[in-house]
Amino acid sequence: MINIEKREEFDIEIDKTVGKPFINDAKFSTRNVDVFYGEKQAIFDANIDIGKNQIIAMIGSSGCGKSTFLRCLNRMNDTIQDCHISGDIRLDDEDIYQKQQDPVLLRARVGMVFQKPNPFPKSIYDNVAYGAKLHGLASSKIELDELVEKSLIRAGLFKEVKDSLHKPGTSLSGGQQQRLCIARTIAIDPEVILMDEPTSALDPIATAVIEELMIDLSKKYTIAIVTHSMQQAARVSQRTAYFHLGYVVEVNDTNIVFTNPEHQLTENYITGRFG
Amino acid sequence: MTFGVILTALMALLLLGYYTGRKRSISLSDKSNQRLHSLPQHYGYLIAFWSGAPALLILLFWSVLESSVINAAIVAQLPAQLQQLSADEVELFINEIINLSYSNVAIDDDVKRHAALYYNELIEFSNWVKSTAVFILAFIGMFVALAFVKPEMKARNLVERLIRWAMIGCTSIAVLTTIGIIFSVIFESIIFFKTVNVFDFLFGTHWSPQEAIREDQVGGSGSFGALPLFVGTLLISFIALVIAVPLGLMSAIYLSEYSSPRFRLFAKPVLEILAGIPTVVYGFFAAITVAPFIRDLGESLGLSLSSESALAAGIVMGVMIIPFVSSLSDDVISAVPQSMRDGSYAMGATKSETIKQVIIPAALPGIVSGVLLAASRAIGETMIVVMAAGLSANLTFNPLEAVTTVTVQMVALLTGDQEFDSTKTLAAFALGLGLFLTTLVLNIISLYVVRKYREQYD
Repeated sequence: MINIEKREEFDIEIDKTVGKPFINDAKFSTRNVDVFYGEKQAIFDANIDIGKNQIIAMIGSSGCGKSTFLRCLNRMNDTIQDCHISGDIRLDDEDIYQKQQDPVLLRARVGMVFQKPNPFPKSIYDNVAYGAKLHGLASSKIELDELVEKSLIRAGLFKEVKDSLHKPGTSLSGGQQQRLCIARTIAIDPEVILMDEPTSALDPIATAVIEELMIDLSKKYTIAIVTHSMQQAARVSQRTAYFHLGYVVEVNDTNIVFTNPEHQLTENYITGRFG
Repeated sequence: MTFGVILTALMALLLLGYYTGRKRSISLSDKSNQRLHSLPQHYGYLIAFWSGAPALLILLFWSVLESSVINAAIVAQLPAQLQQLSADEVELFINEIINLSYSNVAIDDDVKRHAALYYNELIEFSNWVKSTAVFILAFIGMFVALAFVKPEMKARNLVERLIRWAMIGCTSIAVLTTIGIIFSVIFESIIFFKTVNVFDFLFGTHWSPQEAIREDQVGGSGSFGALPLFVGTLLISFIALVIAVPLGLMSAIYLSEYSSPRFRLFAKPVLEILAGIPTVVYGFFAAITVAPFIRDLGESLGLSLSSESALAAGIVMGVMIIPFVSSLSDDVISAVPQSMRDGSYAMGATKSETIKQVIIPAALPGIVSGVLLAASRAIGETMIVVMAAGLSANLTFNPLEAVTTVTVQMVALLTGDQEFDSTKTLAAFALGLGLFLTTLVLNIISLYVVRKYREQYD
């Protein structure tokens, strides 16, 4: 029984990304992106546009390449040995993999929040001030204080921590730590925020808080989020991309993907027949 | 039977006990059709313990007490005038008899021959009783324990409790040994401080431990001002740490963050070999290569230097302790989670910013303990100093002069034939106490540092 189903899966051909992968006035556009880990190819010919001040959700089963794709967007894959990338990834029409592009500067424009909250072994204040200090965003102590406060307010964390700014960041709860990581990311005022399953380690209440935060942040920032929760994708995103075994199967407006998917594989996934 | 033979036989019995216990538990459970509470081997361990432990205890007890009981018995049957001798002389006499009884020499003296024969008899009798008692006890233990085996017996819990007690025993041996050493050092030091004032010892600047053995001897003043020794120790250790900490830390950072895995695989063991070279080798390397090099360098600059200097010893010692810093730091730096690095890179930090501001703070407790281990090694090091820094107790902070250290002077004090109650010998204990307190303070400081960072960052 299982075997037959599996065979069915492989019989379905993934020719070309269906739906509406390309849009006008894209913040990020990727064309013909292939990613290899050594000999193994993890992404096959990915073509997606990410719209400005939009949230795009990337869904798909584990190992389908959505996190790998996300990590291409701020060149985090550079830190992984024997990972190489070909194709064209443009941020504001500027090739981020061209020779003269400094990945360090790119990452200041494209921030990232990880699956597991990873505050630095520093105080709450220093966690938020970290990036600002690195990039010289504040010229005085007062300015830095203001920036930290503003970022914590935007991340919805300030009320909870305003009396304990000098306590270690690791002393916070999981949900608070994740909001701290978001606060430190928005403190450097990036243009894009990448989120790699930001709520998978959190309880439903903390998740709801972060989802609200994402929607609020999307007014100012472009957000790409990888998630395993289809409800989350449906709740927060304007567009959704479905990944399958390294292929981008379908990209379209979120309500279309979830109500009227074009591709058989997408339908299988969102109706729970697979993955 | 000798001790060794009895012990071997006892081990065989232990094995036998294990297998019978195992078998009996299985057959009992089969017979009564009842499930065993624990695994069969737990019953086996229990039987083995009861066949071994009581017998072993008796064996040890007997072996410890045997000689004093036998000696008393021999003394009791000696002629009256020999019993009048002082305790030392009686002991000497008994030793002679024991030696005679083992040799094949014909003994002329009647008293001695009788005593030697009597000694032989006693030893044989004692051995016989001892082995019989041990084996009887072993079998009794085994059979009584076997009689207690029932399927519902909680053998696993009992075995686990036994193991816990065994571990408590091991821990207490280690702790008690430490306490014993500390107390013996303290007591000997107290005797020393009865003749030499504590303040004269700690703050005296003149070290010349030669004492007059005869009344009319010249040149033996016996002056115990240990300040130059402690200053020398700290000076050399400081030089060593100045060399080892930057070198060790930098190489640790390179190995864990920058180098290719293949290079690290090769370089780390090579670095660790440095710690495995005997210090004597470092010592003559220091004395023959480094010290003359420093002297020649000084001469070319117009300084006249001796061929022994704190600098030479410190440099070589620094090289020796590099692996303590580098290897431990490398381990803790590698143990910093990758998510921490990713977090920092994702903020647009460069590699060096990440290392300086995230990885080093996260790894600091481990780095501090590595440095402290290196410092303790430096403070306790003797051989390099003897060869390269000399024996003269100068009170100086000049690294180009010859100095000496606490450990070197301890060696000097105790080398050769010594009386154990002379001030000179006791001074070694006082120095040892001082050294112990120094490292203790260092350890407390490091614990404080580590705890402070743990509180702040974990």
